Amino acid sequence: MSVLSTPGGVVRGHLRSSPNVKRRKVRGEIVRILYIGATVSAVVALVVLLTSIWTRGASGLDWAFVINMASSRAERAGLQTALLGSLWIIAFTALFAIPVGIGAAIYLEEYAPRTWWTGILQTNISNLAGVPSVVYGLLGLGIFAEILALGRTIITGALTMALLILPIIIISSQEAIRAVPLSLRQGAFALGATPWQVARHHVLPAAMPGILTGTILALSRAVGETAPLLVAGATGYANFNPSGIFDGYTVLPIQIFNWTGRPQDEFREIAAAGIIVLMIVLLSMNSVAIFLRYRFSKRMRW
Amino acid sequence: MARDRLFDQAANVVQAGPITTNERAIRDIDLSGGRHRRTSERIIQTLLFLCGSLSIVTTIGIVIILVGEAGAFFVDVSPREFFFGTKWTALFRDPSWGVLPLVLGTLTVTVIAMFVALPIGLMCAIYLSEYARDSTRAILKPVLELLAGVPTIVYGYFALTFLTPNVLRAINPDTNIFNAMAAGIAVGIMILPMVASLSEDAMRAVPSSLREGAYALGATKMEVSGRIILPAALSGVVASFILAISRAVGETMIIVVAAGNRPQWGLNVLDEVQAMTSYVVQVFTGDVVRGSTRYQSLFAVGLTLFLMTLVLNIISQKIVSRFREVYQ
Repeated sequence: MSVLSTPGGVVRGHLRSSPNVKRRKVRGEIVRILYIGATVSAVVALVVLLTSIWTRGASGLDWAFVINMASSRAERAGLQTALLGSLWIIAFTALFAIPVGIGAAIYLEEYAPRTWWTGILQTNISNLAGVPSVVYGLLGLGIFAEILALGRTIITGALTMALLILPIIIISSQEAIRAVPLSLRQGAFALGATPWQVARHHVLPAAMPGILTGTILALSRAVGETAPLLVAGATGYANFNPSGIFDGYTVLPIQIFNWTGRPQDEFREIAAAGIIVLMIVLLSMNSVAIFLRYRFSKRMRW
Repeated sequence: MARDRLFDQAANVVQAGPITTNERAIRDIDLSGGRHRRTSERIIQTLLFLCGSLSIVTTIGIVIILVGEAGAFFVDVSPREFFFGTKWTALFRDPSWGVLPLVLGTLTVTVIAMFVALPIGLMCAIYLSEYARDSTRAILKPVLELLAGVPTIVYGYFALTFLTPNVLRAINPDTNIFNAMAAGIAVGIMILPMVASLSEDAMRAVPSSLREGAYALGATKMEVSGRIILPAALSGVVASFILAISRAVGETMIIVVAAGNRPQWGLNVLDEVQAMTSYVVQVFTGDVVRGSTRYQSLFAVGLTLFLMTLVLNIISQKIVSRFREVYQ
């Protein structure tokens, strides 16, 4: 049947295709449909996910729900405390993680010599990116809440989150910095710029869109994270707004988790409404990132 | 330093020649080349070095915290009971500390997730890399990114309120409201975009000359993608699989919400299970006192989890660096 398959020959395996073109084409067509089916099923999963949540939660979604405080009665419960908590956490996470993350990326790409220590730093960062988020929660609890005695406060939560997203910010910033052509650096060095001047005035501005995109995506990951904050001490049920970094807090996903865990159906429904709000927040953050990437990718050409 | 002298010479040339670079940068060049400039450069370099080294401090912090508290745990509970015991009743008055039921819960959910994510993710990747037109890719890639950006609590909610009642119970009405199956499917959907996009990157990195050569020999598209591209990109594909498995092992909220909280030593995917991660969260939603065995047990479980994911991540990195085909 197959002329090309020589028994025991070198080409075994790779060129054993049957010359029967018609059959091969039919088989190829079936496989193509299979691939398309797999891809479509991923899209369908997303659509089903979004619609099932929308149909459950849309009815409970109104302005009062967004600005009401927490309540033990589902029809009066709202998101105000959780939204403010998320805002506090994200602001301080950004404050800690962004400068350190970009600084680390500049160091690794522009300064670090090719030594074993740099190799260890790099491997360590990619390993940290793979550590389960709940372990970061244990770290935050053990170090910030207990040893440094910061307690179950916003500062503990924000520091924990900052450590969690730091590897993501570093890795994406490194990629953006690496994409800046070497000639730009050589030109600046040739004109007498110091390493910091090269990094600050030439490399960073050119890499900024990539860095910003990566940073916003990392922050949106932090907005949606639940487990580390639950472990590091967010309050499940908070009916007071935080007024400083040493206050207790709750965040959007934890409020949703709290409502999901209750047996009554009404709470399941406001949990869905909460998810819609969370998704809107995340989608707006992501569209800013996509917009930035699009905007700058048109302007920068080399 | 020799380099500084070179810079200074270059700066003198700049003063005479036409200026085409970023003007602000030129203005900021300190032509004195004095000690002041070298000191500030030093300070900045040290600061950046510290930023880079913070990750090492984080790792050391994780290890110290986990090993320290787990060590205290192993004073009270023998490691033998912990690692080989098959009964986990941490919240009882007379607790048993065998971690295997939790490990089994984690593995059950992970295996189900793999059955969902690996084949579909790989087929997605082949389709995106070899079949899809650019315009189709431009739509599908953001959809996958969106799927990857959905918070895990949302997947958990989806598994609990849709997958279990509307899908699993429709097939088998005896399904527990909390079950490993729904959680596993949801985890699979969550890691699918990761498998698809990392595998696609690996396949697109295969040079097109390989494709062209195969097509010139008369291979069909299926043969090119299945027998040329996939083997050439295999290291990247396998690495993406392992990374995805590690993500599934460390996944928390989906399992807490959808799989329940009862440790099981036995296989029934339609029944409630408890994973390592969900035990940690369960304890924190109740009350826990620092220094108690229960508090320390969290860190022993966390250490086990940390080591499992660390091994997986290292394997994946080794595969990428050792078996990567280098093309010119």
